[in-house]
Amino acid sequence: MVNWTIILNIAKTHLLTKFKQTAIAALGVTFGIGAYITLVSFMTGLNAMLDDLILNQTPHIHIYNEIEPSKKQPVDVYDAFKNSFNVVHSIKPKLSQKKIHNALPIIHFLNEKEEVKGAIPQIKTQIFYISGSIEIAGNITGIQPVEEARLFNFRDYIIEGAPEKLKNTDNGILLGSGIAKKMSLHVGDRVQISTINGDIFPLRIVGIYQSGVADIDAIQSFVNLKTVQRILGEAENYITDINVKLFDIDKALPLSKKIEQQFHLTAIDINTANAQFETGTTIRNLITYAVSVTLLIVAGFGIYNILNMLIYEKMNDIAILKAIGFSGKDVQYIFMSQAMIIGIVGGVLGLLIGLIFTNIISTIPFKTEALPTVETYPINFNGWFYIIGIVFAMISTFFAGYLPSQKAKKIDPVKIIRGQ
Amino acid sequence: MKTVLEAKNINKYFKKPVLFHVLKDINFKINEGEFVSIMGKSGCGKSTLLYILSTMDSDYEGDLYLNDDLLTGDSRNKLSYVRNKHIGFVFQFHYLLSEFTVLENVMLPAKKLGEKSVKEIEKNALEKLSILNIEHLAHKKASQVSGGEKQRVAIARALINNPSIIMGDEPTGNLDSHNADNVFNIFKKLSVEENLSLLIVTHDEDFANRTDRIITMEDGRIIS
Repeated sequence: MVNWTIILNIAKTHLLTKFKQTAIAALGVTFGIGAYITLVSFMTGLNAMLDDLILNQTPHIHIYNEIEPSKKQPVDVYDAFKNSFNVVHSIKPKLSQKKIHNALPIIHFLNEKEEVKGAIPQIKTQIFYISGSIEIAGNITGIQPVEEARLFNFRDYIIEGAPEKLKNTDNGILLGSGIAKKMSLHVGDRVQISTINGDIFPLRIVGIYQSGVADIDAIQSFVNLKTVQRILGEAENYITDINVKLFDIDKALPLSKKIEQQFHLTAIDINTANAQFETGTTIRNLITYAVSVTLLIVAGFGIYNILNMLIYEKMNDIAILKAIGFSGKDVQYIFMSQAMIIGIVGGVLGLLIGLIFTNIISTIPFKTEALPTVETYPINFNGWFYIIGIVFAMISTFFAGYLPSQKAKKIDPVKIIRGQ
Repeated sequence: MKTVLEAKNINKYFKKPVLFHVLKDINFKINEGEFVSIMGKSGCGKSTLLYILSTMDSDYEGDLYLNDDLLTGDSRNKLSYVRNKHIGFVFQFHYLLSEFTVLENVMLPAKKLGEKSVKEIEKNALEKLSILNIEHLAHKKASQVSGGEKQRVAIARALINNPSIIMGDEPTGNLDSHNADNVFNIFKKLSVEENLSLLIVTHDEDFANRTDRIITMEDGRIIS
């Protein structure tokens, strides 16, 4: 039979008469939780931003024709050497076409699939940018600009101009910011490009592209699909790459395997292509939690200490409570509830401080060339962090209170009363 | 006459630092309304006996009955409940919870028992305080009243659940003669008017001589 009103009343009185100590203990929890919320919101915000930087513009499945040697060399299929050990020196890659065979029906087939958000064609080719007598090597990619913007956040990386403008300009080009700077070109200017075969085409600059990766920006430009086909003198079904975006990123691996089997193409899923990002995110999260847990453990020791002292001070009270009929459990609950009150009050204050801090941080300007869309420090406001925070505060104070309260439970009143 | 408290063949050993036989074969009864004092030299085991009788010490051999119910071997929680409901305790030092008011101190055991509403408990507590002529102290902090007053508050607290017996461990040992007299008169009055049993350990011979019966102890035995 536990009478909580009286237990909480005694706990409250103890806490209020030792207000300073209570406040210090609660502040320990407050700082721990506040730091946890701030850290975890900031770190996961940063993680999400870095991941987005890569993942947003990366297709979930990238389909293309790999230049590679045949897996089965002719000697392997010749019956006469079937049972012998064959060594082939100096294997060369198989001569195959760069274009994807039957690309348009494949795109159509993929777009019909339920799990596919969109599949769009690209043509990648090498060209030279011509500036007077100087030729600068570069890449040009033929795209469907509006579709790219819809599926791969292409718009975020166009710092001048718009995808629609490229779509509406037949000879338009979105020039990489690096190359534009090198050649002192601006929107509205003309730039000449030359194919590997030496054909020269004038294009009008309709926008500037900046991915944030300087090496890419120094060579990469985008034009319409048709423009590339015309430059290369190829037909309308000449497609070198297909990029697929899915609704659920986890389906990328099985689908890519299926595509490889079905069409005899190379299909790379996003996790295989970007395995290192997963690792980076995991380690950053690990560090965040390690720091937060350390802070809370320190706060826990503070509570443990203060409760221990309180119990020494209250030896007489404990003895008298036991003498007038409070059981060991009741006394334990008195001190446990003190720890929990400190934990809850400190924890809630910590959540508030975390919320305030993260709000302040999220307004601090953060401009970097690598991230054209980011203007302030990224913060991930996630309700789960707050739930984890308060649960963590309660768990740590529970353990910090448990040991001293266990001692209070075991105090023998006779020893205290007779010891006087 | 009804027996309130009965001890049968109680033996107790201290195991540390060396085995020591503190209480040797203690047998006695206390009847309803009886005012009994225990006397004896320091170290004769009278306080030890009192704490066994009060159920706070459960490490003994023999049988202890309260209102003809066997208490020996009951769980600690059960014993806490018995202490709360049936036994009132007064100590040499006036153990009050110093952060609480006098009234709250008196109400505490009744709140713990939880048989009555807070309003009733408060009314009872004020009654008990007025029996002891200290109702004017009700709302003072326990740390702000004098020694004699504190002891009376402790007695009021012991009375709040209308116990079967009140036990005291030298309740007057720390008081001047005037206040000691006062406390004795209160006990006597409770014994006579309320038919309450009292068992008081004391060194004070004057005090003991005025009680109904004196149990004298020596070397762990009752000698008279």
